[in-house]
Amino acid sequence: MIQYLCRRGGQSLVLLLMVSAIGFAILYMSPGGPLSQLAQSASMSQEDIDRLSRSMGLDRPFIAQYADWLLRMVRGDWGSSYRDGVGVLATIGAHIGATFMLMLVSTVLAALIGCTLGIWGAIRRHSLMDALTSIVAMVALSVPTFWFGLMAIYLFSIKLEWLPAGNQQTFGDGSFLDVVHHMIAPVLVLTLVETAVWARFMRASMIDTLEQDYIRTAKAKGVTGYAIIVSHALRNALLPMITLLGLQIPTLLGGALITETVFSWPGMGRLFFDSLEYRDYPVVMGVLMLSAVMVMLGSLIADVLYAIADPRIRMD
Amino acid sequence: MNISGVQGAELAAWSEPGFWRTWCTGMRRHKLATVGVLIIVLMALMSFVGPLLLKLDPTYINVLKRAAPPLVPGHLLGTDELGRDVLARLMAGGRVSLTIGFAAMLISVSIGTAVGMIAGYYRGIVGALLMRFVDAMLSFPTIFLILALALMVKPGLVSTTLLISATCWMEVARLVEGQFRSLRGAEYAAAARTCGASNLRIMMIELLPNAIGPIIIVATLNVARAILLESYVSYLGYGIQAPVASWGNMLNNAQVYLGTAPWLAIVPGIAIALTATSVNFIGDGLRNILEPRGR
Repeated sequence: MIQYLCRRGGQSLVLLLMVSAIGFAILYMSPGGPLSQLAQSASMSQEDIDRLSRSMGLDRPFIAQYADWLLRMVRGDWGSSYRDGVGVLATIGAHIGATFMLMLVSTVLAALIGCTLGIWGAIRRHSLMDALTSIVAMVALSVPTFWFGLMAIYLFSIKLEWLPAGNQQTFGDGSFLDVVHHMIAPVLVLTLVETAVWARFMRASMIDTLEQDYIRTAKAKGVTGYAIIVSHALRNALLPMITLLGLQIPTLLGGALITETVFSWPGMGRLFFDSLEYRDYPVVMGVLMLSAVMVMLGSLIADVLYAIADPRIRMD
Repeated sequence: MNISGVQGAELAAWSEPGFWRTWCTGMRRHKLATVGVLIIVLMALMSFVGPLLLKLDPTYINVLKRAAPPLVPGHLLGTDELGRDVLARLMAGGRVSLTIGFAAMLISVSIGTAVGMIAGYYRGIVGALLMRFVDAMLSFPTIFLILALALMVKPGLVSTTLLISATCWMEVARLVEGQFRSLRGAEYAAAARTCGASNLRIMMIELLPNAIGPIIIVATLNVARAILLESYVSYLGYGIQAPVASWGNMLNNAQVYLGTAPWLAIVPGIAIALTATSVNFIGDGLRNILEPRGR
């Protein structure tokens, strides 16, 4: 186990190194650069820009800049935002909670609803309910997430006036209930998309399990339908769902970026989007690295949990 | 030797009872896929033939008729915030979005197949390096990666297509790599090798046709994915730029006018949703035909 963790950890580190090099190279090769905003100001001469560029080290070759950034990052100094000078880690720290809130609530809801629908669909295969769930799930996965957001705003904020159209809290309020009120629409949108994934995955897993030999054995023994489902099939069918938890992290993060942008939710996705607009490269790199770490940790944790839950899986 | 081999394969294909018939019955049995094909044909007709029949200028601005609701005389789907005809923009946008969808699919599947073939066939250091690169690219959430890449290029039709292709080839590469790793040991590959076939020939003529089923499925799904990604990138302002219309950038300003002109959000959204859903259903139908076991 420990050996396995060490090897996976080592692989992840190498992968992270590649991720950081790719991310840094993309930003390095982008025209304009962080000073393009300042260069538009009339009071900035070309000499000012050159001097700034030199003092920030932006005129150095790629390898020098990347090595410098990497060494600092490893020591915990992720640089500071070009926009307001606040440290990158502090900036991300101020936004990550809001994103986790969305991700956590929608994942829990999606897992509960999705698994229920998936199991139901697998048991009553080809029934009306199954067909309906399958079709709705497919549609939900084929509609742009932000369009769900727009429709939610149109329906709940403009037509019905039930929910606020954006932000995390009313200015000057910020009580728990107020935040929950603001959270409903973005969570609804994220949950809808996530539920579709969970339902499809669960249905496939359950159908697969129901075709196993031990289910036939149980039937032959005379176990009744309900007991077969609950005590024989369900526990085995739920196992692969653990991996989905890890696999869904990139999709969740991407979905969070979209929903946060639509609903002006002050999370990490919105921070990334705004930082790109301002060419705030230290923050952009910070968010990219953090999301890559989350993706890798997600798959690692899912694999370990899967092995713990299913003793047939050997760690090698 | 080689010639007779090809003839043999062709004979086998002919003697099998109706290659196209199996396909057609398979697709017809999957009703949703049939509906999907119909909708895609309709969407393509609307986008590519529609503008020839209805001579409307998608960029004609009429400030006197701003944000006119649908079914107003002369504007079936209304006008947008600048008085441009929404139907005309929907047709023009469809041309852009569908073109990007298919072009990005072709590019991403070609890159992915090439990378997967090389990595799966040769393995070794080159294969390992290629696949680790695939892993690294897959560690970025797609939207994050595509937005970061968007900084590198001038927004436009070609660059948007390339951006989408650059983020969609990795899954294809993984799939093809897996296929080739298991297929390269097949007896017919060894037979071809003893006959003196070159590596390229074995890859292209012997192995690729045997891996084509899953590639076709993932290619179909990539069309839907590319159309969706176009809408994301253009909605966020990094894709197709005005005055050119695309289904994605028609939604770009829609949020501001949700209260006064909701059709600006509803109409292009439905077009995207219908198209992507149809393509995905076609992909489902193809999976039923090509991988009948994995349901």
